Amino acid sequence: MGRTVRIYFDYNATAPVLTDAAAEMARALREDVGNPSSVHAFGQRAKACVDDARQAVAALLDGEPSEVVFTAGGTEADNLALRGGAEALAASGRRRIVTTGIEHEAVLTTLKALERQGCSVVALPVGESGVLAPDALEAAMTPDTGLVSVMFANNEVGTIQPIAELAAIAHRHRALFHTDAVQAAGKIPVSVRALGVDLLAISGHKFGGPKGIGALWIRRGVRLVSQMTGGRQERNRRAGTENVPAIAGLGVAARAARMHLDAHAASAAALRDRLERGILANVPGSVVNGDPARRVPNTSNISFDGIEAESLLIALDLEGVAVSTGSACSSGSLEPSHVLRAMGFSNTRSRNSLRFSLGPGSTAAEVDFVVGVLPNLVAKLRALGRTASAVS
Amino acid sequence: MRVVVAMSGGVDSSVAASLLAEAGHDVIGLSMQLYDQRDPTESFGSCCSLDDLYDARRVAAAIGIPHYIVNFEERFKATVVDNFVSEYAAGRTPIPCVHCNADMKFATLAERAAGFDAAAVATGHYTRVEFDEETRRFRLRRGVDRDKDQSYFLFSLTQDQLAHALFPVGHLTKPEVRAHAERHGLLVAGKPDSHEICFVPDGDAAGYVERRLGDRARPGEIVDSGGRLLGQHRGLHRLTVGQRKGLGVSSSVPMYVLRLEPAASRVVVGPREELGRRDLTASRVNWICGAAPDGPVRVTARIRHRHQDAPATVTAGGDARISLEFDEPQLAVTPGQAVVFYRGEEVLGGGWID
Repeated sequence: MGRTVRIYFDYNATAPVLTDAAAEMARALREDVGNPSSVHAFGQRAKACVDDARQAVAALLDGEPSEVVFTAGGTEADNLALRGGAEALAASGRRRIVTTGIEHEAVLTTLKALERQGCSVVALPVGESGVLAPDALEAAMTPDTGLVSVMFANNEVGTIQPIAELAAIAHRHRALFHTDAVQAAGKIPVSVRALGVDLLAISGHKFGGPKGIGALWIRRGVRLVSQMTGGRQERNRRAGTENVPAIAGLGVAARAARMHLDAHAASAAALRDRLERGILANVPGSVVNGDPARRVPNTSNISFDGIEAESLLIALDLEGVAVSTGSACSSGSLEPSHVLRAMGFSNTRSRNSLRFSLGPGSTAAEVDFVVGVLPNLVAKLRALGRTASAVS
Repeated sequence: MRVVVAMSGGVDSSVAASLLAEAGHDVIGLSMQLYDQRDPTESFGSCCSLDDLYDARRVAAAIGIPHYIVNFEERFKATVVDNFVSEYAAGRTPIPCVHCNADMKFATLAERAAGFDAAAVATGHYTRVEFDEETRRFRLRRGVDRDKDQSYFLFSLTQDQLAHALFPVGHLTKPEVRAHAERHGLLVAGKPDSHEICFVPDGDAAGYVERRLGDRARPGEIVDSGGRLLGQHRGLHRLTVGQRKGLGVSSSVPMYVLRLEPAASRVVVGPREELGRRDLTASRVNWICGAAPDGPVRVTARIRHRHQDAPATVTAGGDARISLEFDEPQLAVTPGQAVVFYRGEEVLGGGWID
């Protein structure tokens, strides 16, 4: 392909594995070869590796190590929280679940499955800002509501929800509160104590760990029914021999994320704002989606009037710039972003939007390059679009 | 030169991409998603199914070119599928592939390609395009492989479209194409050819049209050319000129569909000797060179893809119409199909049979 420039502005899809995490994984593969459940020295060594990582994850979330359950990623963590929570609550007859329309597919699709199993699910709309108003949740609570699930930060627009307030409302109505914090962890402070949540899902590869590993934080005392049955690993909540090297990598990433959180957030915000200012100033007909203040510092979602985002994404990639039209799972689908639709935007605007998500590796030179190439690409695609609609 | 290749996941377009990359071009593979793959009632069996998209992706990776899926579902429905259904409903027998080539690959896809600064769009069609220095015009020629020649499906391309079209396998035979794929280890080397209409993978066009027509499908009478009632049919979309099977009429000699009369929803059948016709008219005619000839022209003409072109005289009328007379009667001149005129290897033009 021979293109000289490669700029990665898709950290919300996945972030590169930290060098230290990769090194630790390689070390664990070579050295911590035992089964963590084994009694002997090999087992003890592997167990120590897992425990060490568990402590790092607990520290990142301001929780206790015993409350951390490792899963094969954020999606599984959400599944365990929702399915396990719903199953535990079924006996009490509280089978109503309240959520929002802007959740990740890991939550929305799982809730659809639970709906087919007899739960009733209410997806609350959010306003143009993307924020769920606490009053709206309050109004939606009923005595049979057992579970509330609201994402911490949105993957497409980055909007941060008032989780502490929402969790308090859920608790006043004796419901469990789950939050998908996959896009928050590593980007903004996440304290399960301060938030007052019961369940919180994270994913390793969004902040420098490997893919295929995540965790569900489960407040001590919260009852969940295990969804993966087998051995008694993870305090009987997730059967199966632990993925030791991946857990080791996650541990390193969690430690690094905690240590560099403020610095990374500040630099990401500065670059993101520089990018946004540059685009808005140089590309006519561009507008930022979502609440400009209440969002994670690395994410910018921008609609370009008169542009099929799919085309702009490809044109940018051919220039060496990697961005996304939203969730990484939706390529090849013409479905307008369900997030932007739920925020009340038209199909057209929802299809016009690109997500730029930056990370610790991003630089000002990269931002300036993108700001430099974008106006021409947009102008060219717009000109072609006009010809096409004039013809048809 | 930057070139976009329309990659279907089949061996022809895969080899087209490979040849262009080998020649040192900056190649971008684009696969068109034309249907919502998640709807099982619409899923493809042949072209552009998820399996084919997977194959296209694997081939692009093997060649080392970027590959993207572009979603043209809405456009495909508006330009190809709706036309397919309404043509059948009107008692005509459509060829969706011509529309797909002219309105999708060399229009919508070409427009995308231009947006990516590509100088040309390439496909895996067995046909050739050449620039005639003398006339300053592009010429469209049959593929070297006579058996695989697909020039019939491209008669409606304009000079502007041809100027940006590449057909890298047009000068190869199918065995040569497969050998190239084999040599380069492309996983599609042995993949069977697709024959059906891609969005009707089970070949049941009537059923496909019926599901979309709903109660607009009108049954009617089957009569012979003398007007004698022979039976009933379940809808014109189930029938095409020249069809013998499935008529449900009993007769001492085999009976063929001679013509469909949509106004009365009536089908006229007759014995094979009544099926031949020497003359036809066609409309929405495209002349490859860009202008209709003055006066009659001697050509060979094809009235469907699998028809051996036969000597004829074509005369252009006004309003992009022609009248054509074959030297010998031809079987099953079918409204909705294309008539394409050749001079030797060269496609002169074509139009839609009235």
